[in-house]
Amino acid sequence: MADAFRARTPLLVQGAGTKLSMLRAVQAAHTLSTAGCAGITLYAPNELIVSARAGTTLADLQATLAQSGQHMIAEPPDYSRLLGATGQQTLGGIAATNLSGPRRIAGGAVRDHVLGVRAVNGAGELIKSGGRVLKNVTGLDMCKLLCGSHGTLAVMTELTLKVLPAPEDTASVVLRGQAPEAAIAALSAALGSPYGVSGAAYLPAGAAALLGETGALTLARIEDFAASVSYRSERLRQDLAEFGAGEIWPAARSRDAWTAIRDADVLSAADGDAIWRISVRPSQGAVILAVAEAEGALGYLDWGGGLAMIAGPATEALHGALTAAVTRAGGVWTVLRAPAPWRGVAQMVPAEAPPLAKISRRVKAAMDPGGIVNPGRMYAGV
Amino acid sequence: MIELPAPKADVLARRDDIVAGLRRIVAGEGVIADTLRLRPYETDGLAMYRQPPMAVVLPQTTEQAADVLRFCHANGVRVVPRGAGTSLSGGALPLEDSVVVGLSRMNRILEVDYADRVATVQAGVTNLAITGAVQDRGFFYAPDPSSQLACMIGGNVNMNSGGAHCLKYGVTANNLLGLKIVTIEGEIVDIGGAHLDAAGYDWLGLLTGSEGMLAIVTEVTVRILRGPEGARAMLAGFKSNEIAGACVDAIISAGIIPVALEFMDRPAIHACEAFAHAGYPLDAEAMLIIEVEGCLEEQAALLGHIEKICLDFDPVSLRIAATAEESAAIWKGRKGAFGAVGRISPDYFCMDGTIPTSRLAETLRRIGEMADAAHLQVCNIFHAGDGNLHPLIMFNANDPVQFARAEVLGADILKLCVEVGGCLTGEHGVGIEKRDLMHTQFTPTDLDQQRRIKSAFDPGWLLNPAKVFPLQPAA
Repeated sequence: MADAFRARTPLLVQGAGTKLSMLRAVQAAHTLSTAGCAGITLYAPNELIVSARAGTTLADLQATLAQSGQHMIAEPPDYSRLLGATGQQTLGGIAATNLSGPRRIAGGAVRDHVLGVRAVNGAGELIKSGGRVLKNVTGLDMCKLLCGSHGTLAVMTELTLKVLPAPEDTASVVLRGQAPEAAIAALSAALGSPYGVSGAAYLPAGAAALLGETGALTLARIEDFAASVSYRSERLRQDLAEFGAGEIWPAARSRDAWTAIRDADVLSAADGDAIWRISVRPSQGAVILAVAEAEGALGYLDWGGGLAMIAGPATEALHGALTAAVTRAGGVWTVLRAPAPWRGVAQMVPAEAPPLAKISRRVKAAMDPGGIVNPGRMYAGV
Repeated sequence: MIELPAPKADVLARRDDIVAGLRRIVAGEGVIADTLRLRPYETDGLAMYRQPPMAVVLPQTTEQAADVLRFCHANGVRVVPRGAGTSLSGGALPLEDSVVVGLSRMNRILEVDYADRVATVQAGVTNLAITGAVQDRGFFYAPDPSSQLACMIGGNVNMNSGGAHCLKYGVTANNLLGLKIVTIEGEIVDIGGAHLDAAGYDWLGLLTGSEGMLAIVTEVTVRILRGPEGARAMLAGFKSNEIAGACVDAIISAGIIPVALEFMDRPAIHACEAFAHAGYPLDAEAMLIIEVEGCLEEQAALLGHIEKICLDFDPVSLRIAATAEESAAIWKGRKGAFGAVGRISPDYFCMDGTIPTSRLAETLRRIGEMADAAHLQVCNIFHAGDGNLHPLIMFNANDPVQFARAEVLGADILKLCVEVGGCLTGEHGVGIEKRDLMHTQFTPTDLDQQRRIKSAFDPGWLLNPAKVFPLQPAA
């Protein structure tokens, strides 16, 4: 990195490269991969923390945690199928993209659990932030700044995460045949219940069909000790009766469904389709779905309606309609996949307001003064 | 007294003009400049340090706050943001040539949306008032710092405040969705919104805990959560700190994350019992308060499980609340802890380091030894599940020798926290108090990187400039 800084050589920074299709393409002569920088460096189950080098694969990390009955709280998705990736995604890549799964609604995002980071900034200097304890407000929280920065500020080399005991049991309350608005109302009621709902998704008929189900599905997940799961799922089913007759899916069936929701296996995307990941306030999810469907796209909702996953033709019309609807709804979009020519011109994430864009450029210069790490990945010129 | 940067002579010389300029932006009572009325603003929750500012301005709108910052920026005037002034680290300590921008008059709740489970409030709304606004529907705002009756959400954002229940519900950063901020250049910017994830840089995360150094927060959008069906507490007394610490480990190892897991050592038990008569075990060396949530059956099952674990550690006392009233009685002593210590000591420092919980017993032993050597009393009351210690150092501030010893002991305790793998501050912030200890946790390169981020937001270092970073960059 120090050499690249001196020579002002742009670098494509990646882990295993499973999410390179996201956002804008990076023009760089050289690639810096953290995939070889792997291994768990500290695991203290009783302290609810694990430290690992950035190149550690998610699979390795999960296997280690599972030996002590623990798991990663944010349930990161595996979009390999959608993104055409073959490698094993790494911890560094997961943090750099801050992609979280269904449990985000209850347990927080990846960035919420990154307690400490070691990184190399664009000048080749070793920096750290946070640490290995659960509560730490010492200095600026660069962990959160680096999470979701897509490698444009520094290269993360080691991370410490908060982890939790994996739940003993799980079940889902499932309603059938809901329209989107009614489904979101039911999910709001579920998330506003005292039962600790940890997943809340709506699959229109097209998405549900990929689970082998007929008609739309509305799913609310409970995870806890077995006795609590059985009590809470039944209570939730009764509470949701005003929205429709609910059924309870036991652990295995529930897990399969939520894995498919997490990994967007319920999203059908044709070759050449673009894919949008849209975060809005939950009540606006139905609007986003309607706009997508009106333009010939398909999708489903997670996070109680607050996350819309949309796949459809890579046309100006669809992108324009979706981004306009998201902007009206006060939300944000991230393009997960788009045809190559598009990635240089269309906005892969919303443009920042001018005062913020100015701060972005200054922060980029503060961390990567030579502009060498993943230049232009998020925004042109940053 | 801690070192503050030399005031800018040219700013002090223009004091009257600056006050007049502020009055043109905020009329009437909103600008305070006379000596007597500045007095309440000369300090915060770290009351040993005092410095009146040049003026205080209390905007009522984001636009006024923006105009004030634009004016200060144009005139090179340093700005110290202030919420309720409850900072325990001196985060709101003024500088002689500074204008304090207080958010106390921005205290309206702007929106509550139960379907989307969000509330948008102005920065001067108190932490408890958010819960107060939504509790009739069974909702609450989760972070619950001890000062929650007084402290304001804008201050919570800037300090990334925690509380007794963050083991389960997280700290402020984990419960925020959006901010309205004003930059030092007077630009108004919306960060995030009512949705969960950012696209682009996580400014929300960076601003949270930035101690007023990057921007002034005027509005905050938080997640509101539905409360559990019920909660119940139990109390367990043990023969040593080591045994209580091992019991905490065993509970977490069993896969149980209680909603709260509080630890008190012998001096703390005695101080709290004398104050609150909560029925704490005076023969115990250490005591845990453990709280679980759920319906009655779930509470009983979890407390039964925890009781069984506690019994493996030869407890001297074990009391499970049968009712909400009995739970409240168990909490009564803990919640009155600072008052209890205030009763037996004229002054105290509340330290806030976090340590790896595996080093708990050793750290408490060494704190005890250090206190003995300094001829000072320390009691420990803290969040055991996350290792966030709160040693309370008792002293008399009117005795300069004792005051100096207490300051040194506090610094030594924090250095110890870093030495065993922890950090200087878990939830109170660095402020002025721990500023000069930052080099024990960070390398010069780390600190310079953070300083450059600060400069990106505030190139002239006008916003809360003497806090967090040592004044002299390390050589």
